[in-house]
Amino acid sequence: MENQARIVELIQTVSGTTINPSPDQSLFESGLLDSFTLPDLVTALEQEFQIRIPDSDLSTRKFDSVARIQAYIQSRS
Amino acid sequence: MPRSAAYLRAFGCYLPARVVDNAELAPQVGVEPGWILKATGIQERRYAAPEETVAGLGARAAADCLAAAGLSARDVGMLIAASGSGERRFPGPAAGIGTALGIGGVPAIDLPVASAGSLFGMALAARMSPAFGNVLVVASEIMSRVVQCDPGGRDAAILFGDGAGACLVSPEDGFAQIADSILCSDGEFGDALKLDLDGPVSMEGRTIILQASRKVPRTISQLLGRNQVQAAEVDTFLMHQANLNLITRVAQSLAVPENRFFCNVARYGNTSAASMLIAAAEWRRDRGRRMDGPVVFAAFGAGLHWGALLCTPV
Repeated sequence: MENQARIVELIQTVSGTTINPSPDQSLFESGLLDSFTLPDLVTALEQEFQIRIPDSDLSTRKFDSVARIQAYIQSRS
Repeated sequence: MPRSAAYLRAFGCYLPARVVDNAELAPQVGVEPGWILKATGIQERRYAAPEETVAGLGARAAADCLAAAGLSARDVGMLIAASGSGERRFPGPAAGIGTALGIGGVPAIDLPVASAGSLFGMALAARMSPAFGNVLVVASEIMSRVVQCDPGGRDAAILFGDGAGACLVSPEDGFAQIADSILCSDGEFGDALKLDLDGPVSMEGRTIILQASRKVPRTISQLLGRNQVQAAEVDTFLMHQANLNLITRVAQSLAVPENRFFCNVARYGNTSAASMLIAAAEWRRDRGRRMDGPVVFAAFGAGLHWGALLCTPV
């Protein structure tokens, strides 16, 4: 649960909004993220969770919702 | 291993006459003109006339390049043609460009590498020119025929345009020496940007931008680092003109002022393989003076293929 809140905070920071997306809401379809805020989010996730996200994982599908990001972070931790 | 020198001698380009601005394109793809500009930085692009061909555009860019070099086609020892939008599965446009230039018999190699094709062509030309003499690299695309101009094809249709660029690489003479290059390929994301035999172009734009945002600055940094060149020392960065926002992002990643990146994407859109050489031709014409420092070329595209090339003033 704590990770989820941290992920939402990062999404809000890179998107410049205070919108609180539901865990399964598409971050792209909702307009919260686009092609150019997504790289910022990836960098922010690496810093926040002290992980290295390899190029092979840089696919939109892994970062399309809070739930997917949370699952990915857990798999890398 | 010792390398023979290779030099940039000249650039050239050709743009079709028809201008397609965002006001014309936007209703076809179901968006507002301002949305296209904001998402891409593109104001207009060129579309080839129905009778024009990829080889025809390429031949005109090649002739422009040879004129800029003060040479004739008979001085060319090898031709490399990059295109991802040729009209046929084979032959590609290379042999047709050579014949149009009147140099049938000179070896002409096709590079169907799409957006990174001209960069790969320049790097290969640097290796080939000591053996073949002047190598003419041509990149030509008619992307307007392989995009889907309706809301379903919006993301590609708003980006792409038509055009051709050329570069002459010489073993003996030029305004800059090709000092080093890095070329990379990885098929893992091959489906993220592709043109199947029956088209149209299919693109997962977010994944492509995500990949490019990381790979391009990293490759440039690697190239500069191994040549003991600081990014701040670079006179000009000449990147594949994919999208203004991507160019801005690469500049930020390298901590380099954006105005060091020559940019004409607003006027021509993304002309795939041709874009970097069209930009180079305009840069050279605009700033026809001695370079104040190294120049870095960089490109990224379908494949995935990407890389960077360093040139130093002579």
